[in-house]
Amino acid sequence: MNKIETRDLSLFYGAFQALIGVDIAITEKMITALIGPSGCGKSTLLRTLNRMNDLIDGVRVTGNVLIDGKDIYGEKTDLVELRKKVGMVFQRPNPFPLSVFDNIAYGPRTHGIKRQSELEGIVETALTHVELWDTLKDKLDRFALNLSLEQQQRLCIARLVAVTPDIVLMDEPCSALDPFATGKIEELMFELKKAYTIVIVTHNMQQAARVSDRAGFILLGRLVEYGETRQVFTNPREKQTEEYITGRFG
Amino acid sequence: MSLLMKLHFKMSQHTKQRIAFTILGLASAIVIVPVIVIFAILIQKGLPAINCQFLTAMPRMGMRAGGIFPAIMGTLYLVAGTIVVALPLGVLAAIYLVEYARQNFLTRMIEVAIVNLAGVPSVVYGLFGLGLFVIFLKLGVSIAAGSLTLAIMILPVIITSSKEALSSVPHSFREASLALGVSKWQTIRCVVLPNALPGILTGTILGISRAAGETAPILFTVAAFYLPRLPKSVFDQCMALPYHLYVLSTQVPNVKPALQYGTALVLVGMVFLLNFVAIVIRARIRSRKQW
Repeated sequence: MNKIETRDLSLFYGAFQALIGVDIAITEKMITALIGPSGCGKSTLLRTLNRMNDLIDGVRVTGNVLIDGKDIYGEKTDLVELRKKVGMVFQRPNPFPLSVFDNIAYGPRTHGIKRQSELEGIVETALTHVELWDTLKDKLDRFALNLSLEQQQRLCIARLVAVTPDIVLMDEPCSALDPFATGKIEELMFELKKAYTIVIVTHNMQQAARVSDRAGFILLGRLVEYGETRQVFTNPREKQTEEYITGRFG
Repeated sequence: MSLLMKLHFKMSQHTKQRIAFTILGLASAIVIVPVIVIFAILIQKGLPAINCQFLTAMPRMGMRAGGIFPAIMGTLYLVAGTIVVALPLGVLAAIYLVEYARQNFLTRMIEVAIVNLAGVPSVVYGLFGLGLFVIFLKLGVSIAAGSLTLAIMILPVIITSSKEALSSVPHSFREASLALGVSKWQTIRCVVLPNALPGILTGTILGISRAAGETAPILFTVAAFYLPRLPKSVFDQCMALPYHLYVLSTQVPNVKPALQYGTALVLVGMVFLLNFVAIVIRARIRSRKQW
């Protein structure tokens, strides 16, 4: 079954239509990349999947988004439960101005886990998952904003892992990082893929080609082409996709 | 020739600049002068009056002798009462305006009202407090009525500074928290408020220091002319430093000037201390804030 499926999904910012009838089916435990030029709607599409667009005034959504077969725009949707299940990593690392430990413990704590021993276990697992445990195990009280940007982004992913989501949305997670750190985060994505369904928005063609299993090309709010990454990059069906990938515009 | 003219032009530019700087510098320096003069006079004439007895004893002989203890305590009670009322009310209002209110007619009306509230003369607050709290709500002339009046007077300061502090918390913190499946109210409580708290406190202290020094709002609502004992409850009257100073200066004949200046010095000292605390808090946030 498809993990995520959108049906005729349109989104309006006031009078401006940012997404036009998007149908996309995203498979479990794969990395799906959304590519396209700036302002094409790929981040908007990503943010409809955990309803982060709700935070913006004047946004209207039509169509359906099904996650595990349930319409998340239905009336009974619990936003808190939805976002626990569908986590998000942002463009710029955004750890809280707290210690490393408190950053990761934040989610579990607000969800009701109070026992220190239990929290310690969660923090260790989450940091191990993002390969920060060995570096930071003796420095859990360090101020998170003093870490390097790459470590901060890893910490943000660990913070997310600590609330055990099902799906991880990544909105250009490497755009603030240098190429070396980018490579490290990409390796991490391969690790995470084993446990999570990942949807990544990226500006970086090579990155999409390197990490993703499926790729969708979005242009002016429409999903122009969607398929196996290899096929989209080497043998695109649509002329616009080919022009974008070969660098004729964008 | 032309080179000479250029040089002349340059020099005159330079001179003009120096003149401008001098004027600007003087304009700034003039601001400090009244502060220094006031402190100098107060310290010179008031310090001799200040001793342990002055600070801890009741006034005697129709306030011509003894101490100002009840006035000091009265001002402290009023300040405490004002904080208890104004801080929660102001912070909750600011949270609503920043986090929940949509930009519509009602919100704009509220914001206009806050700005106007800040511009109302303090004596009008005094009369308002007399009408609403003392007479209509039957609180009588009391600490409760005075604190409520002062609280309403400083609400705009607290709301405005709290709004600023809340809006300056980066949006990315809120997003990060919401994306972890944390509810909006929890996000505000656990992420936004702690990061806005220092700014809120600074604004509150500045508001409080204003409340401590005002005479007009307490004139009809709480201040006792002469009450050589401490208030027994919040429904009791009390003396207060600003009003006591006013009484000593205008209503009681033959008061030793040292007594007046001493009272003024204590009042200014208290306000200054509060402002100093606000400055220290602000400096500490600035040094810690890294976003």
